[in-house]
Amino acid sequence: MKKVIMGNHALSYGAMLARVQVISAYPITPQTQVVELLSEMCASKALEAQFIKVESEHSAMAALIGASLAGARTFTATSAHGLTLMHELLHWAAGGRLPIVMGNINRALAPGWNIWADQNDSLSQRDTGWMQFYCANNQEVLDSVIQAYKVAERLYIPAMIILDAFSLSHTYEVVDIPEQSQVDAYLPPFKPAFRLTPDEPHAFGGLTSPDYYFELRYKLQKAMENVPEIIEETGREYEKKFGRYLGAVEAYQVDDADLILVTSGTAGSTAKVAVDKLRKRGLKVGNLRIRLFRPFPFEIVRHYLRRAKKVAVVDRNISYGHHGIFYQETKSALYGFSSVPIFGFIAGLGGRDITPETFEEIIDYTFSHETPEAEIIWIGVKK
Amino acid sequence: MKKARTMKLSLPIEEYMNPGHLACQGCGATLAMRYVLKALGQKTVLCIPACCWSVIDGPFPYSCLDVPIFHCAFETAAASASGVKAGLEMVGDKETTVVAWAGDGGTFDIGIQALSGAAERNDNIIYVCYDNEAYMNTGIQRSSATPYGAWTTTTPVKHFKDQPKKDIVAIMAAHRIPYLATASVAYPEDLFRKMKKAKEIKGTRFFHIFAPCPTGWRSRPEDTIKLARLAVQTCYFPLFEVEWGEKYTINIKPKEKKPVVDYLRLQGRFSHLTEKEIELIQAGIDRQWHRLLRLASEREKLSVGGE
Ligand SMILES: Cc1ncc(C[n+]2csc(CCOP(=O)(O)OP(=O)(O)O)c2C)c(N)n1
Ligand code: SF4
Ligand SMILES: [Mg+2]
Repeated sequence: MKKVIMGNHALSYGAMLARVQVISAYPITPQTQVVELLSEMCASKALEAQFIKVESEHSAMAALIGASLAGARTFTATSAHGLTLMHELLHWAAGGRLPIVMGNINRALAPGWNIWADQNDSLSQRDTGWMQFYCANNQEVLDSVIQAYKVAERLYIPAMIILDAFSLSHTYEVVDIPEQSQVDAYLPPFKPAFRLTPDEPHAFGGLTSPDYYFELRYKLQKAMENVPEIIEETGREYEKKFGRYLGAVEAYQVDDADLILVTSGTAGSTAKVAVDKLRKRGLKVGNLRIRLFRPFPFEIVRHYLRRAKKVAVVDRNISYGHHGIFYQETKSALYGFSSVPIFGFIAGLGGRDITPETFEEIIDYTFSHETPEAEIIWIGVKK
Repeated sequence: MKKARTMKLSLPIEEYMNPGHLACQGCGATLAMRYVLKALGQKTVLCIPACCWSVIDGPFPYSCLDVPIFHCAFETAAASASGVKAGLEMVGDKETTVVAWAGDGGTFDIGIQALSGAAERNDNIIYVCYDNEAYMNTGIQRSSATPYGAWTTTTPVKHFKDQPKKDIVAIMAAHRIPYLATASVAYPEDLFRKMKKAKEIKGTRFFHIFAPCPTGWRSRPEDTIKLARLAVQTCYFPLFEVEWGEKYTINIKPKEKKPVVDYLRLQGRFSHLTEKEIELIQAGIDRQWHRLLRLASEREKLSVGGE
């Protein structure tokens, strides 16, 4: 069934189709519609789930960790301050190998209260052991929720589905909402190998000495390393069932490109508009949109970027005292494999618009310089 | 033929706690767990945040308990239990009792937000706070459950704690939860009876269990039960129940209230106190005890008039 829905509701429909069993959430702009619709779905029994209306995001994640350990499929959604409040518990979820799926609306962090798009909230969580998917349109949001459960439950790693504030969360687009029976055929019920039950009493997460802890973390990393392959497999299976491929990256016009842009989120869609325009002017430009940020798909990124003459990475985020974060990751992927000059741009912090013209400026700069003139090239900073 | 002699036990003989735990000698928290599990039985799940009990249980891959345990984040006992309950129900287990089991620090301080949230929602869990009146896991630092006058490593003798203990029971009563009770390891039958009663009630149930800690209180391990009994007999820690935040019932009324000095003098943490300071403590206890008597008698009057 095709429906015109907002990005936030694409998350809700994704959760409904995945038949989540326990939801726990706390409101924050611009996430509220996700949980409002889920509340209605629970109330009308369109979704057979318990919704725990907690007093904070911190308790939301704590409750889901408990519910997931008890063997239920769990979902929440948050943004910015809500996500950063959860920080400790994100480690608990991943360290406990609990396949929780969460929507996060990328929003700027205060001070200077700002509810607009910015990736620093989720990127500050990059080392917590969660998978991170950055989405570019509402269809991808819905599809990603379903695929994320499949991958998460197979590898016992939690997953974050990430949407830009407003430019995706509140943008209405046509979305194909799959049939429940088809989704059921793709995503079987959650049956964890171990769970919290008096029938088989185990102690989870107790005192763990250096004799054991190291191996537990090693195993988490090993599972993470399997993600790109499982994404490919489940993405192809999704394509077979639903006609839409879900991969780690989206490569656009890269095969013959001299300059490849590296982008994420909705900026990745805008970049395609700029690519089309500049190609008409005869410039060989392409766009590599990173969908899967954690684990970082090193090999795939290398595969596409190695052949380019120049690479321009665009970040809507910053690691203070360092670089834009996608820029760091891209450089580390190519290190030792290619000497292609890589340019790092920062644009659009705190919801400043990223437009096709922004990309034209970036592309002009990259073509007209041998190498970047600075560690960071800022786009649109008012002087 | 000789007739076999039988002994009548006041508590079930079944044990859900095994030898090999890591507690200090004379640990009240350990006894509290043993008695609580006797009342709740094996169909129980525990959510234990950071506290002495996250150590007492034993190191991975061991556990001294026969019930499953979720060792959770320090500030999340209540929210974790709410989540476990919902999760179990959604996978078809409606029977299992879900217990949040936290220390005073995890309850009075860092976990109070999550606890208040769960209580306001009246989530179907039992929350047990075993109170040893300080952060013992981290080496005896003050909590808001530390009483006036006590030494801890962050309230050294020259700056002993000069605020009263937070009244957690009043706070929980104000949430109007269906059931709350205080209990003591010196009165296991009373504890057992109330826990059994709580098990049959739906909604948020809260227990405040007095659990002496020889290590942190600078008391002798063999005095643990004596101290817990004295706490009740001096009315320092009265045993009572509160239903729906209103119906107060005192379980044990000492015939003759003992002076608090008897209780204080057995503990190194109070050894610096002057007579004047002890008088202050005594006055505080008297005030609280009268308040409790009033609350309990008011409800007696209420039920006489109303029924
Ligand atoms: C967020 C966080 N802050 C601090 C700690 C360190 N910590 C662990 S246990 C504990 C004290 C626990 O005190 P209490 O709840 O009274 O239990 P007890 O150790 O006395 O049994 C502290 C401060 C922690 N684990 N997590
Ligand atoms: S420090 Fe106190 S509460 Fe902790 S195990 Fe020792 S006696 Fe028990
Ligand atoms: Mg304590």
